[in-house]
Amino acid sequence: MINEVKVIYHNGKQYIPDLRNVKLRAPFRGRPEISTAKVDEQSLVDICPLGAISRNPVSIDLGKCAFCGECAFAFPQKIKFTQDYKLSSNIRENLIVREGENHPILFDKSKIRKEIKNTFSRSLKLREVSAGGDGSCENELGACGNANFDMGRFGIEFVASPRHADGIIITGPLTENMAEPLQICYDAIPFPKIIVLVGVDAISGGIFDGSPALNRIFLDKYSIDLYIPGNPSHPLTVINGLLDLTR
Amino acid sequence: MIELQNISTIKNNQSIDLNEITSLSYNDFFDLTIQLFQQQDNHCLTYFAYKKDSGLQFIMAVGDDKNHNIILLSHFLKSSDKQELRSLSEKIFALHIFESEIYENFGVDFLNHPWLKPVRYAHNRFNKESQISNYPFYSIRSEELHQVGVGPVHAGIIEPGHFRFICNGENVLHIEIQLGWQHRGIEKLFLDKNNNLQRNLLAENIAGDMVIGHTTTFAQTMESLAGKYVTEQTQIERALAMELERIAVHTGDIGGLCTDAAYHLGANVFTILRTLIINFTQLWCGNRFGKGLVRLGGTHFPFTPELKEELLEMLLKFEKHFNEMAHVTYRLPSIQNRFDFVGTVTQKQARLIGTVGIPARMSDIKRDIRVSHPTFAWQKFPYQTITAEKGDVYARFLLKKKEIAKSIAWIRNLMKNYQFEASKTEKPNYNLSLQPEKLAISINEGWRGEICHCAITDEKGELKHYKIKDPSLHNWKALELSLRNNEISDFPINNKSYNLSYCGHDL
Repeated sequence: MINEVKVIYHNGKQYIPDLRNVKLRAPFRGRPEISTAKVDEQSLVDICPLGAISRNPVSIDLGKCAFCGECAFAFPQKIKFTQDYKLSSNIRENLIVREGENHPILFDKSKIRKEIKNTFSRSLKLREVSAGGDGSCENELGACGNANFDMGRFGIEFVASPRHADGIIITGPLTENMAEPLQICYDAIPFPKIIVLVGVDAISGGIFDGSPALNRIFLDKYSIDLYIPGNPSHPLTVINGLLDLTR
Repeated sequence: MIELQNISTIKNNQSIDLNEITSLSYNDFFDLTIQLFQQQDNHCLTYFAYKKDSGLQFIMAVGDDKNHNIILLSHFLKSSDKQELRSLSEKIFALHIFESEIYENFGVDFLNHPWLKPVRYAHNRFNKESQISNYPFYSIRSEELHQVGVGPVHAGIIEPGHFRFICNGENVLHIEIQLGWQHRGIEKLFLDKNNNLQRNLLAENIAGDMVIGHTTTFAQTMESLAGKYVTEQTQIERALAMELERIAVHTGDIGGLCTDAAYHLGANVFTILRTLIINFTQLWCGNRFGKGLVRLGGTHFPFTPELKEELLEMLLKFEKHFNEMAHVTYRLPSIQNRFDFVGTVTQKQARLIGTVGIPARMSDIKRDIRVSHPTFAWQKFPYQTITAEKGDVYARFLLKKKEIAKSIAWIRNLMKNYQFEASKTEKPNYNLSLQPEKLAISINEGWRGEICHCAITDEKGELKHYKIKDPSLHNWKALELSLRNNEISDFPINNKSYNLSYCGHDL
């Protein structure tokens, strides 16, 4: 017993008190900023392995970005990854970062369904479904609840059954083989319910986009309430996104 | 019959001309394989087939652990011939999964195969009628037995897989694990994408909890196909990252086992200790899982003397807290009682099914690529394998702790004896020109066990086939065997003690 008390004492307080304002250190790659410097735009577009960069104006779609940083290594004067980890939005278009517009990723509060705030602002239970996820996003979602990030303090938790859940949180590029189980799981959740996509694979298919082994029809059927970019999404990104959605 | 010394062999991370690979008739191949596997030091790294000209080319790579060689054998099945072969699995059960995979992908029937079942319902499988929703489960007809189906969606935040138990009361007689839900068509994508950076990213996504292991193996395979090797420091950095990955995941697993044994102090403390390691990886390369660190031809993130200082400081802190917590946890009667003699796999069984990684070493099988087929880093800084004996959950639990200590010692030795300088590394190079008509093979001991990548080029130097083997491919069978004659409530601790990959299996 005394040894266990010692362990608790020696480990001290582990939780991050303010999850909204953590200073992450470089080279962590969060929200990119694109300067107005003139570069060979076509080769910038071509360098992105996921086709996340477009021209006129130069922009990066964080829903397609794996945060590999190759563009910033090749064009450091044009693209810089900041350590801003608040990357989520309820609007798909808001994930697009354009040149010269250096502002945080915006949430459109007016587009959030009323029942979400009314019902889930103090307690949100989510059912996670991995549909081809590689395990990293799943690990980070698990880490959200650990003693460091302690998402439970906000009343947000992952639950074991869709019957106990207020929404579904999807990771992975949505494989054909998981299409039916995903649908069954979603159907089992009572109304009102939300859908959250975590990670580049879920939002756009990521590097798997176009693979014949995927079936992303599910996403066409329902409106998505929250997009959380990342590869995988950092726990801070996930928690801040969920907080912005529900309160 | 061909003499053993005349068979084509290569070393780890080498490539060979396709026409130099020993080509045999199936009968000779069959006899020779049986002869090879009579030696305990030989085990199958991979066995696969691919379409070539007017038939199927089969390649088998056998790891000769004693002589540090990789033996390569091949045979050819013409499409005009009857698509059936005598099964080797009947004699060497460890090959069952490879034959099943070939059967599923190409429709080759393996006669007398003891367990010829679909492996992953790949999108390009031979028989499209075979659907994941009607998998042929093993069943026993009896009024006293019942079946329990779990998954594919599980209670925790984990990947999908379906487990079907046949129970007599609480007692599990048989469990069958049905996978394939995670299939993303990744091997085919390696061929479809002709940009090497895209392939590099694909390799990072094979299994997101073993990023360094798979990406390093990928990079080594491609680099040896191109005949261009990275600098010594980059090779050492990759090995260092792989050991950090091992420490992080093992620590997380120990925490997970504490959770499943309802020991919350251990669960919490080990989880936050894992955070220390993966946060260091983030400091190194910007990503907690090491995505972005391993790149073809070089690296964007050379290991610097500043990082070395931070690493040593972090390891000191980690070790202090880890040892204090482990000292309490590993002596707790409630933990010992929960894990001891549960989920035992004997050495005989482990050899039979061809386990790799911890599931081999838990039963005193000294199978470790770092020792048997070491890459440069482990040649320069050798590692000694450690094993346990009992093959139960406690053995796996204990081995994870011991391997963490070993890895830390290995890293400290490396830090003491190697001068890291950014000038000793090069930037990534994605413009590799691959040599035509070659086969390259690379193996590594990731934290989960032996990873094997094999790539083949055509006459123009384009990738013709890319084959990935995650250690889970062998080890899922060990989990099935572990559960026999155990209580069904022992499933979670067994599952956690293996921590196998779903997506690595389904690809």
